[in-house]
Amino acid sequence: MNRRHRPTLAVWKFASCDGCQLSLLDCEDQLLAVAGAVEIVNFPEVSRAVVKGPYDLALVEGSITTPHDAERIRAIRHASKHLVTIGTCAAAGGIQALRNFKDVKEFASIVYARPEYIEALGKSTPIADHVFVDFELRGCPINKLQLIEVISAFLNDRKPTIPPSSVCIECKRRGVVCVMVSRSVPCLGPVTQAGCGAICPAYTRGCYGCFGPKETPNTAALSARLRHLGVNQQDLVHAFRGFNACAGPFRKQSEADEK
Amino acid sequence: MKSEAINLDCLPPVEGETALFVSMEDGSVADLQLRNSEPPRFFEAFLRGRNFSEAPDITSRICGSSPVAHQLTACHAIENAFGVTLEGPLRELRRLLSCGEWIKSHASHIYLRQAPDFLGYESAIRMAKDHPAGMDRALRLKKTGNQILGLLGGREIHPINLRIGGFYNLPARGELASLAENLKWARDAASETVRWVAKFSFPDFERDYEFVALGNPDEDEYPFNEGRLISNKGLDISVREYDAHFLEEHVRYSTALHSTLRGRGAYFVGPQARYNLNFDNLSPLAQETARAAGLGAVSRNPFQSIIVRAVETLYACDEALRIIEHFELPEHPAADFRSRAGIGYACTEAPGGLLYHRYSLDINGAILDAKIVSPSAQNQKTIENDLRQFIPANIHSPKNKLQWQCEQLIRNYATCVSCATH
Repeated sequence: MNRRHRPTLAVWKFASCDGCQLSLLDCEDQLLAVAGAVEIVNFPEVSRAVVKGPYDLALVEGSITTPHDAERIRAIRHASKHLVTIGTCAAAGGIQALRNFKDVKEFASIVYARPEYIEALGKSTPIADHVFVDFELRGCPINKLQLIEVISAFLNDRKPTIPPSSVCIECKRRGVVCVMVSRSVPCLGPVTQAGCGAICPAYTRGCYGCFGPKETPNTAALSARLRHLGVNQQDLVHAFRGFNACAGPFRKQSEADEK
Repeated sequence: MKSEAINLDCLPPVEGETALFVSMEDGSVADLQLRNSEPPRFFEAFLRGRNFSEAPDITSRICGSSPVAHQLTACHAIENAFGVTLEGPLRELRRLLSCGEWIKSHASHIYLRQAPDFLGYESAIRMAKDHPAGMDRALRLKKTGNQILGLLGGREIHPINLRIGGFYNLPARGELASLAENLKWARDAASETVRWVAKFSFPDFERDYEFVALGNPDEDEYPFNEGRLISNKGLDISVREYDAHFLEEHVRYSTALHSTLRGRGAYFVGPQARYNLNFDNLSPLAQETARAAGLGAVSRNPFQSIIVRAVETLYACDEALRIIEHFELPEHPAADFRSRAGIGYACTEAPGGLLYHRYSLDINGAILDAKIVSPSAQNQKTIENDLRQFIPANIHSPKNKLQWQCEQLIRNYATCVSCATH
């Protein structure tokens, strides 16, 4: 065999900030190796070429917020062997899912002089609400090294090694003194999935949950603890209603705290 | 009468969704629309009711390519409402953070988005095969910017270390010093970049723009996070007068609001605006290198923005080295402040140009109202006006060549439509 098929990689954007796909470009040491291992056929950040599917691996960033995008994601799924979502927008609806607790028409009228020109769905929803997703990589933004791990895993037909444990575990590994125990700083680390490297506690601030809920999080216990530390009701609701406002356990907790 | 519609769908490499619609009649442009269909996320709406302390982290999510610019602008606007002004080492550290984002963003824009157009490659990855040394330089330059962001910000995208009043945590002196060696390499690499891009061939294109940027008439600093709003046509106002002079208009075909200067129309923000209005405040090395590359103190051809970006990259390396060399660790990571009700305003220079944030806050520190105007939104009308002049002049080019040249023209500007719409 002298013609080896290189798997094709396509990157797609929905409602998002672009940060997760830019993480791929931030892999300065690995980018050219990735570009050698796969054929990057759609990546508007660095290429004007657009190649038709099918694609071996689709990386999807962003949430679904318009009728047009709800159609577009179906077409992408149809053309892709594997579909991996990258980031919190795609996994949970992102910060723009704060509209889900309000009236989107009112939101549009705050920003736009002619809200009737704006096509927006009432809710910002994750990709998995619309199509089958092979793997969700979490984070706002994702950790670029985890992205390399996920791409390698799919190229080699294995499951990605992404620990579902909490940020607390990363603090212990990094030798960071617990900010909540030692300094009474409110921290979402106990209920938030690892992956960032516990950067916020390492910089002496509390985790704000950008990687979303860990596996089986005890949000009620943390909420009670935060209340005990003097966090008022509004701040408590906002703590769980941030970048992962519509991730199941966080949404339920903010709704419980709101009552 | 010959009428023709040109549709250019999706114009990568830009961040987000844009399409260009042009209809021609008898060789001139009858209608032209830069259609931005990026879905709005309604930041100004959901910021209402959130605490002031959340604004930097929330607004960074407007843009994955210049999150620090949004964080800094939010911090400065809210500090303005509280009557806090940072001085000394905290101010210097914020300038250093901006240097990091400029180096990273400019290196990406020059090498990954603009250079492939000039050299005739459809993508930076194809270009890398024929120009491996150039791509190595690009990635290491970008990495140098990212190292500053990683150290001072905690991570490169959506850093976590900025707060109202200063920072959460200060770097150790030794950590800052460790950046210097790479920055010295980066300064040389940026000079090399200036020389490399200055040799490209530039379409003959100029318009009589109104350039708008921050400027410090009394200081000898190139602007990052402070200054007055000035232009080459006599604008000279304080940042809090922004809303009295600039208008945002909602056009049917775009989710990005179009900005104009009241009574004067479209204006130009970005590296060239900064350069033209602040050339004398660039470091001597940056000025010398620009002149040696044949770039005067004023550059009006938007295709030459690639050279200006390279000069600014060189300046950012120089400035970062100056800050690190003279740095004295402050006593506290943040200044004391008391929150109070009021309105705060700030403009900063994001890599792509002028960025404006305004917040009204209530007595409990909740945001009542927010306004955010990004560089890419401010340039929408200017880009359309460029295309109105460029297309008729080049209408006899083959269609695919014309399409590519229009894309190239758009990529002269900060192309972030996530920012433009937000």
